[in-house]
Amino acid sequence: MPDVQSLVNEFILKLKKRKIEGSQANARQTAVLLRSVISQQRIPYTSQAAALIDAVRAVGQQLTAANPIELAVGNIVRRVLHIIREEDLSLTTGAIEGLNVSSVSDDDSDTDKDDNPGLSAAALAAAARSTLRPPSLQTLLEDLPDSSAIPHTSSSGDNSDGKSKSADKSTKSRKLKHDVIEAVNELIQDIDTCHDQIAEQAVEHIHHNEVILTLGSSKTVLEFLCAAKEKKRSFRVFVAEGAPRYQGHLLAKELVARGLQTTLITDSAVFAMISRVNMVIVGAHAVMANGGVIAPVGLNMVALAAQRHAVPFVVLAGCHKLCPLYPHNPEVLLNELRSPSELLDFGEFSDCMDFGYGTGTPLLHVVNPTFDYVPPKLVSLFITDIGGHNPSYMYRLIADYYSADDLVLQKKAASVN
Amino acid sequence: MDQRHRVQRAVSDPKVRQVGFFAPNPNPISDFPSRSSPPLAGSPSNATSSSPVIIIPPPPPPAARNHPALSHLVVGSYDAASESLLGSSSRLPSSPPYSARGFVVDGEFSEESWPQRSNSAKFASSFPSGGFNLTAARAVITPEGDASPAVISANEKNEVSAVEAKNERTESSKPEKAKLTKSERRALQESQRAAKAAAKGEGNKPSAGAAPCGPGKASKQPAQKKDTASAAPSSALLERKGSDRLPEKDRKKDVPAPRMQFDDKSRVEKAKRRAVVNQTEARNRVELFRHLPQYEHGTQLPDLESKFFQLDPMHSAVYKVGLQYLSGELTGGNARCIAMLQAFQEAIKDYVTPPEKTLSRDLTARVSSYVSFLNECRPLSISMGNAIRFVKNRIAKMQITLSESEAKASICSDIDRFISEKIILADQVIVKHAATKIRDGDVLLTYGTSCVVEMILLHAHEVGKKFRVVVVDSRPKLEGQRLLRRLVTKGLSCTYTHINGVSYIMHEVSKVFLGAASVLSNGTVYSRVGTASVAMVASSFRVPVLICCEAYKFHERVQLDSICFNELGDPDAVSKVYGRLDVNYLDDWGNKENLQLLNLMYDVTPSDYVSMILTDYGMVPPTSVPVIVREYRKDQLWM
Repeated sequence: MPDVQSLVNEFILKLKKRKIEGSQANARQTAVLLRSVISQQRIPYTSQAAALIDAVRAVGQQLTAANPIELAVGNIVRRVLHIIREEDLSLTTGAIEGLNVSSVSDDDSDTDKDDNPGLSAAALAAAARSTLRPPSLQTLLEDLPDSSAIPHTSSSGDNSDGKSKSADKSTKSRKLKHDVIEAVNELIQDIDTCHDQIAEQAVEHIHHNEVILTLGSSKTVLEFLCAAKEKKRSFRVFVAEGAPRYQGHLLAKELVARGLQTTLITDSAVFAMISRVNMVIVGAHAVMANGGVIAPVGLNMVALAAQRHAVPFVVLAGCHKLCPLYPHNPEVLLNELRSPSELLDFGEFSDCMDFGYGTGTPLLHVVNPTFDYVPPKLVSLFITDIGGHNPSYMYRLIADYYSADDLVLQKKAASVN
Repeated sequence: MDQRHRVQRAVSDPKVRQVGFFAPNPNPISDFPSRSSPPLAGSPSNATSSSPVIIIPPPPPPAARNHPALSHLVVGSYDAASESLLGSSSRLPSSPPYSARGFVVDGEFSEESWPQRSNSAKFASSFPSGGFNLTAARAVITPEGDASPAVISANEKNEVSAVEAKNERTESSKPEKAKLTKSERRALQESQRAAKAAAKGEGNKPSAGAAPCGPGKASKQPAQKKDTASAAPSSALLERKGSDRLPEKDRKKDVPAPRMQFDDKSRVEKAKRRAVVNQTEARNRVELFRHLPQYEHGTQLPDLESKFFQLDPMHSAVYKVGLQYLSGELTGGNARCIAMLQAFQEAIKDYVTPPEKTLSRDLTARVSSYVSFLNECRPLSISMGNAIRFVKNRIAKMQITLSESEAKASICSDIDRFISEKIILADQVIVKHAATKIRDGDVLLTYGTSCVVEMILLHAHEVGKKFRVVVVDSRPKLEGQRLLRRLVTKGLSCTYTHINGVSYIMHEVSKVFLGAASVLSNGTVYSRVGTASVAMVASSFRVPVLICCEAYKFHERVQLDSICFNELGDPDAVSKVYGRLDVNYLDDWGNKENLQLLNLMYDVTPSDYVSMILTDYGMVPPTSVPVIVREYRKDQLWM
């Protein structure tokens, strides 16, 4: 336990210092950390899933508080919570199915009394959805079996007292933990391979002689373009340099190393060049539930220019970037201001820095935002590791990956404290 | 300047003007009588000396060169009046080196709007060279004023003999030309004027401005002759029309000739041989921009400095300005324009008309050579093109009776007046207008550095308005930093960000003030690259965009995208990030053949992003730009 705590603290420190670059790295490290949290967690005989959920949520609250801007961390915490719920559910349903009809009948009475009155209908529906077995047409049409079926699942997710009595306790607790860790391992693997998954779709979107514009650098975009190149598509790439981080220089270098025709342009030339571009392909920092994108700074400008010239604006995002939150004023609230030294040389402007003697407020401000918010109407297509989607579909994808109970990590933290 | 150059130029220039439209007249013979009919130039006024000049066509396009009969009928792109000038100027002595240089600038803005002036020098220089048989035969200069229509028609019929005769004529043509007396020259001027008036009378012709249209031309000429045979009615027509509408011919003049396209290999080669500045082509050029000049930077300066004492035709003041352009010391549309005009003033003050030459012609050629030199140093801006057009026009309109010193003084004072009225006073008017648009509590955004916008902000601050300024900047020039420093030292509250952050900052902004290099007549704003992005983001946030631009920068050209015409900067400036040693991924980019760096200098802002244009004629919507261009063009040129 203490070594888990030290691991958590170490990761929190990294997050606070913004040591980890890129949401993929963040997501992966979060998943690894949560895996060790789960494996080290001592599990009581009763309500094992609840204990795991509490432990993961506690860690998740600390992590998201450390860097609320890095949405991927929160996403992974939610994913892990969802995995725990799901594994627990499948165990119990498996147990139920293994049991005889008689046990089902007393289980029914059990659930009726255990049914948590606090659970909203929405949560019930989400829980039903999370079983990945959509309600059959019959259950939808016939009211009675439907109402009995849902309490089944929800109660088993929340409280498994009734069944654990009958089941073999030691094997089951080990099995739950084992299953969860397996699933988290799968998640880590998914994060690792999301680039390849996305890149596989490249040939479906890039045709011969295409001119593609991108801004800054994203590993996903690099892999995507290279995958198309490997499939013998010849096309040209304009790379906007993405000041003030100038990741575009790095991307251009990588693309040239792989033999692509690359032209590096300044960010200001994007509007001038976009009329000759067939497609804009960019990476994202996070994708919000409404289909909006939190993206490297400058992309809103690119998206507007693309819209003006009717150029498709394609966002590549791994599933770990899907954030189940709806943004409010994301330009400000989900943004981060970096050091002014990236824009202005302090040495050169030192004489301008202390002109605020009159009112006490300095005359010179420097604004260096990290992210831009691209509204969903400017995005033509999302390409995730499970295929291409419209911005309006993102909420549905998100419902597949997260359970409704976990959407608000931070709020719970506030109420607990 | 050896002969070969001149010949090639004579071949290539008409070729550009004939792009795609050239179709030889299928019925050449029928046209002959009309050609040898009484020449129009002489008829209205005095008809004493210069009668034949009107029917001398410019050199035929290459397609027709090998067919003697056709070559007569394929007239160039110029209208009759300009041809008359052409012809007449070919009798005038011209100084080959200057005229030769004058045409490096073909690709540039507005000098070519005066084809009859500058091109005349060129054709003149091409004739004695002897490489151009058929046209030379046509254009064989008949000594003195004895060339009656009959002689001309005889010439046409005896083409072959004329060609043979040409050889000895070319040797003698120059001295003959030089023998023009003053009275003859005056007579020439008279005839030119008359020809122009005649052409103006034709102003209602539908084939307006179809400069490159060969066949249209051919059919037009006989018509014009009919027209001018009765010169009095046509001039009466002019009287009626001239007052209420711009004569067609002036409008035709305004149509800019095609610019030099740098993907045209042969022309580039020629331009290179004429060039003063030795330029090496940049490595890894961007395919889309092959039509624009792109050279290695930093190599020319020492080379040019070492040449300082060898370039005797170049005036030292002009030379200095050229070096300042080249080194990037002198930037900003107004500053460049004023520096150029002042250098011209210096040069004109020191100018002495060579013996046996007229001031107006020789000085025009001289100025053309300066312009081409400056153009080699850095492509001219559109505003400079307008200023050059003004200067050349002043020189050309100089009264022949003025003595040399009077003429020089008059030109210099005209230039002074242009600077003060069109630039300095205009700026003051714009500042006055703009100040009314700034209210307390405003947050004004500006992009890059525009001297007018800076003056506006400082003025508003001086009159006590309380506002905040957002300075948006972009790589690689980072011009905004200089503006930022000046504003902060004056006590304005400023926020600085880069162009990518413009969406973030735009929430706070209440107005956007932008400068412009030029405003084109379809309302698009040609300005520092990035201006379009800023205007786009502003209009998407419903923030008004105000463009501040002096009216002398307006131009009648139209442009839809930023690619057809632009200026390319030093690509190295893109790869190296100033003050950031950690960004060094592309230090050896020149060796990677797949990698190109593009440093675009300007872009084009569509007019629908522009709320208002602040100019010295008031605050106008972008749709009014063509009106201003048309209505005030005259005023600008003939003020």
